[in-house]
Amino acid sequence: MSAPTFELTRASGRDSAALELRGHCHLEGAADLWRQLQAGLGAKRALDLSGLESLDGASAALLQALVAEAESRGGALELVGARAEVHRMLALYSCDSPGECAPARQREPGLFDEIGRATRDIVASLRDVLSFMGDLCVALMRAGRERGSVNLRAVPNLMERAGADGVPIVLLINFLIGLIIGLQAAYQLQRFGANVFVANLVGLSMVRELAPLMTAIVVAGRSGAAYAAELGSMRVNQEIDALRTLGMDPYRFLVFPRLLATVAVVPLLTIAAMVVGILGGLIVAVQDLGITTTAYFNQLHGAVGMLDVMGGLLKSVVFAVTITLISCQRGLATRGGAAGVGSATTSAVVVILFSLVVIDALFTVTFNLFGI
Amino acid sequence: MTLSAICIRDLSVGYGGLAILDGLNFEIRRGSIFAILGGSGCGKTTLLENLIGIQEPLAGEIDITGFGTPDLDRGFPPYGVSFQGGALFGSMTLLENVSLPLVRWTTLAESAIEAVASARLRLVGLAGFENHLPNEVSGGMQKRAGIARALAMEPSLLFLDEPSAGLDPSTAVELDDLLCCLRDDLGVTTVLVTHELASIFSIADDCIMLDKQARGIIARGSPTSLRDESQDPTAHAFFNRLPKTPPQPGVSENCL
Ligand SMILES: Nc1ncnc2c1ncn2[C@@H]1O[C@H](COP(=O)(O)OP(=O)(O)OP(=O)(O)O)[C@@H](O)[C@H]1O
Ligand SMILES: [Mg+2]
Repeated sequence: MSAPTFELTRASGRDSAALELRGHCHLEGAADLWRQLQAGLGAKRALDLSGLESLDGASAALLQALVAEAESRGGALELVGARAEVHRMLALYSCDSPGECAPARQREPGLFDEIGRATRDIVASLRDVLSFMGDLCVALMRAGRERGSVNLRAVPNLMERAGADGVPIVLLINFLIGLIIGLQAAYQLQRFGANVFVANLVGLSMVRELAPLMTAIVVAGRSGAAYAAELGSMRVNQEIDALRTLGMDPYRFLVFPRLLATVAVVPLLTIAAMVVGILGGLIVAVQDLGITTTAYFNQLHGAVGMLDVMGGLLKSVVFAVTITLISCQRGLATRGGAAGVGSATTSAVVVILFSLVVIDALFTVTFNLFGI
Repeated sequence: MTLSAICIRDLSVGYGGLAILDGLNFEIRRGSIFAILGGSGCGKTTLLENLIGIQEPLAGEIDITGFGTPDLDRGFPPYGVSFQGGALFGSMTLLENVSLPLVRWTTLAESAIEAVASARLRLVGLAGFENHLPNEVSGGMQKRAGIARALAMEPSLLFLDEPSAGLDPSTAVELDDLLCCLRDDLGVTTVLVTHELASIFSIADDCIMLDKQARGIIARGSPTSLRDESQDPTAHAFFNRLPKTPPQPGVSENCL
């Protein structure tokens, strides 16, 4: 039992330049209709619809597309003899210009398009970063003049989210890092009978490099991504615009509280990270290398000075500023809908990780130059 | 002469250097309700965003009486804005949303702020929803909360982007009454984007009609004069509620 369908034939009688469409055109037969019309129409200039009993929207759209196609090739295709219902359907789907029925397909971008677009995007994002910095400085100066204009009430909550909630993961990761360095070092040191130097190795690498860097990476993944996503979705929902129409500056209301909270908690997390990293080394020292706890800490005391700890903490402050500024900048520069928020978050995390490593390298080189 | 609230000269607005509307010249009288009309996508929201200073005009001048060029970096603007999508702060309750500008810009005590903010919510029919988050109320309610927030600071100038879209007719009428009340009792100037013919006729003093093809104003004047005298076919059709193209002759009206 199949639905009544259409029939396409060469028009009978005098007009050999016409095809005749009869019967019922419905969505089920639309694929066939399209195929047959495209194959059969050729240079035909008219389509006789007098035998067509019904026509649905999809088929009407197809017929109109054929008319437009013929027109755009410089020819013409006339739909003749349609009865009232069919005509009404065709009128509903008619187009004023051929372009409307067959919208220009977007060209696949070529290699040069891609290169050009990428270059333009990089330049644009550099400009965005610069103007973000400028706006931030202006906002900072204004905030200094107008007391109470920074939204300090949000800070404790943000500190909890960036700091307290992140403690377990920071501790776990840094403990394991301390343990791993200890284990890697143990075998080498044993060969030279230099077992006790495991304290120097773990202590210095944790305090100067790894604790600040690993903590910053965790914070970038947790809070940096969260800031970018939060501000990004506020941007796409026009909440940022709404905030500005209430006379409130997004920098003072959203960016500064995050900056304060992050700068306050990251050094604290880093101190905790240093301690657990050193404890991880201690376990290896006691278990595998037969060093007493006292000997480990004595050795550590001689190896790691206050300057090392300060250097590590200075790094962590710079990392915290980097994380917040990049994530907020990316968030506020979000364009487009949900996908825009996704790419803002991704690019925030990627740029942050890259910047962290570069900054860390710069610090190490500078410290070396000054012999610290 | 009546005083103007906003004066627009040779304004051109758009995105990325491409103008969507070009060469706009009009004036909005103080204490009037001014409607911006036009088909979907013709640039009404874009124009509004330029008027409130979210976007920079491509060319031309906007002068808000007593404030100058709209600039949101100069502290609290003397106008309230409600956005087409509501744009409430998702992490705050409705009451906190409305209180926000009061907390920042007034020295009112917390209890006073709460009283004012909840009164604003009551005004738009949201009594009892003070402590709901935006995603816990319907779209029309979010929009009304956005209007309450726009009213929070008692602005003398209001910008409303499709305030009655998504509202049932009786709530829409209440909103119209509210706007008339603000105009008549407080002299508030309202600039609104709307498609509701009924509300245009009942409250708007002046309107302009924008068009995508013409990239500008195709008709202006009071709603009744536009209905009765407009030469432009699009404007005529809009005000007389006709379909864009006249129906085919000999076709009955009751199908499709
Ligand atoms: N961010 C953007 N970038 C580029 N073009 C845009 C952007 N936003 C809107 N447009 C374009 O500007 C035109 C006008 O958009 P606008 O939002 O002002 O329309 P509108 O008149 O408010 O429509 P509606 O009644 O549907 O709200 C549209 O053609 C749209 O494609
Ligand atoms: Mg709009």
